Amino acid sequence: MSDQSNDRIIDQTWGQRLSHSFDPYSIHEIRRAAATGLYRIRGYGAKRVLPTFDDLVFLGASISRYPLEGYREACDTSVTLGTRFAKKPIELKIPITIAGMSFGSLSANAKESLGRGATEVGTSTTTGDGGMTQEERGHSKTLVYQYLPSRYGMNPDDLRRADAIEVVVGQGAKPGGGGMLLGQKITERVAKMRTLPQGIDQRSACRHPDWTGPDDLAIKIQELREITAWEKPIYIKIGAARPYYDTLLAVKAGADVVVVDGMQGATAATQECFIEHVGIPTLAAVKEAVRALKGIDMHRRVQLIVSGGIRSGADVAKALAMGADAVAIGTAALVALGDQDPALEAEYEKLGTRAGAYEDWQAGDDPAGITTQRPELMARLDPEKAGRRLANYLRVLTLELQTLARANGKSHVHNLEPADLRALTIEAAAMAGVPLAGTDWVPGQGGF
Amino acid sequence: MATPSTATPENIVSLDLADQSLREVNGALQEARAGYYRVRNPRGVHALACGLDGPIEVEIDGHAGYYLAGMNKEARVTVQGSAGVGVAENMMSGEVWVQGDASQSAGATAHGGLLVVEGNASARCGISLKGADIVVKGSVGHMSCFMAQAGRLVVLGDAGDSLGDSLYEARLYVRGNVKSLGADCVEKPMRDEHLKELDELLARARCEGVSASEFRRYGSARSLYNFKTDNIGFY
Ligand SMILES: Cc1cc2nc3c(=O)[nH]c(=O)nc-3n(C[C@H](O)[C@H](O)[C@H](O)COP(=O)(O)O)c2cc1C
Repeated sequence: MSDQSNDRIIDQTWGQRLSHSFDPYSIHEIRRAAATGLYRIRGYGAKRVLPTFDDLVFLGASISRYPLEGYREACDTSVTLGTRFAKKPIELKIPITIAGMSFGSLSANAKESLGRGATEVGTSTTTGDGGMTQEERGHSKTLVYQYLPSRYGMNPDDLRRADAIEVVVGQGAKPGGGGMLLGQKITERVAKMRTLPQGIDQRSACRHPDWTGPDDLAIKIQELREITAWEKPIYIKIGAARPYYDTLLAVKAGADVVVVDGMQGATAATQECFIEHVGIPTLAAVKEAVRALKGIDMHRRVQLIVSGGIRSGADVAKALAMGADAVAIGTAALVALGDQDPALEAEYEKLGTRAGAYEDWQAGDDPAGITTQRPELMARLDPEKAGRRLANYLRVLTLELQTLARANGKSHVHNLEPADLRALTIEAAAMAGVPLAGTDWVPGQGGF
Repeated sequence: MATPSTATPENIVSLDLADQSLREVNGALQEARAGYYRVRNPRGVHALACGLDGPIEVEIDGHAGYYLAGMNKEARVTVQGSAGVGVAENMMSGEVWVQGDASQSAGATAHGGLLVVEGNASARCGISLKGADIVVKGSVGHMSCFMAQAGRLVVLGDAGDSLGDSLYEARLYVRGNVKSLGADCVEKPMRDEHLKELDELLARARCEGVSASEFRRYGSARSLYNFKTDNIGFY
């Protein structure tokens, strides 16, 4: 997006301007690369301007559609995941789950806080690259166990004590990239859980070691089901690369649940060029995944979880209206725990950043005690308090979601539908497959 | 041949995939905590004898498909034929013996236990190995022990291209030729402790008449453990 200020004349005598192409950030990055010889690695998600759920609005009720009474008429938010093959599907009270974030990238206290907050409101948490911790299993009533290419800490006992299994093919922040955990965060405990030497820069594989392609994946899923007696729902998580085809292939491979993570999705540590330039926005990915499921009559039979940039109840409602069964949140959950807290401004300044911009989640110096393994920083995060903050936030998201659903006359949040939405921009109309407001035009699908 | 069994004709439990489903056969094996089981008519089925959880003995009467004995704990599984992709993947403990050949990714990510392949193993044998021991009496294919973190690979024959690429702390012993070493994998001297551990492994895998002194040792140069821009050629 053009930043008008770059075109501004800054020199009153000669009329010299800043370059739009070589803007201050580009120049900074060239200089940094030249000085260090290193590419930029950071956490957080894409920071550039992208089409998002903000580019959609709900229509609300009118003469032909009547609303439900707020607070009095029930609006159900429950969701069941894994109804296709699993003997024990997961029942959640709200359709907002906590995304997979590894112990290692997050402190043990952060993991415990996530478990406490999620459990309080009846939803699930997810492990991550680095195995299952007792803090997390103990405090999460419903825990999804990730099955990643690295297989760090993977073992059949944890597989059997998980409530669901998520085979990670990719992440929205870096479809096609593996994990990364820099040496500062590889403490003795993290190293031991991952069977690696302490203090090394650890890169986890980007491809699974024992399967390639959809046919192998189907056999892999069969194995995981056999090991867990066909009880656990099996999710497949994909980064939003080719969500239409990947969703079809995930269903073919036998998924109970497909998780689609859009390009805004955060990461603990990845190359900046990957975060900002690979994958497609969540808005476009949801539409493609739903189109795939509907095309094979699997919508709602295989559940769809959407993640990447979800911040508010409005985002949740829009994702559900487009056809998702649930959403997952990463960044927003960390912010709820205490990440980006303006009260820490002085410390952020010392790190050369400020609240809101802090992205060095890979560095392990998080003053909020979340993306760190340093005991003195981690001790700042009180899991009970942080858990309560997360629960509060999840309740607000749920209330907002219900408010919007009732305004559109829905007694269950899953009754929200694309027809309740309009797009504010042509881009969003095309990506989301929703008419441009004031028209019945969906680019590429006709109308006017 | 595999390690001698405790079986006598009276106590063998016979399971037959010709008239039982995979779920029934696996269910019976997964619940078992003792005893000797023979699985007939495996017909290359996938995910057979995976998730075993006790010190039982299992003999597979034929060839097996993908992920035979995946995530094995404590059991001793012998396949009287060849095994497909990912045999003994993520094994925690116990023993898996393949009398024939093994396909790709044999012993992938295995944390413990012993995998023995009497024949050859294909590409990526011991990929991301996390502590198990693998003994291949024939040769192994390319990219074997890619990113292997811990554990040992012993190859009586030859190793293909890029052995031990991006290796961490696993130790590799090869008797024959190594076509090429992968990034950061180097030959290292055989010291007494290596000869000793290798002799023990050879004995456990019943490699009669093979001596540790015939092998060369390979391991990580550890130069890629921390990112350095000067190593750009390796990345
Ligand atoms: C600190 C952190 C660690 C993460 N670790 C993992 C991981 O181990 N496995 C994974 O699949 N995704 C991981 N992710 C990505 C999240 O699961 C999720 O896809 C993403 O955070 C969703 O986007 P959002 O942050 O905008 O909500 C991580 C994200 C963060 C912020």
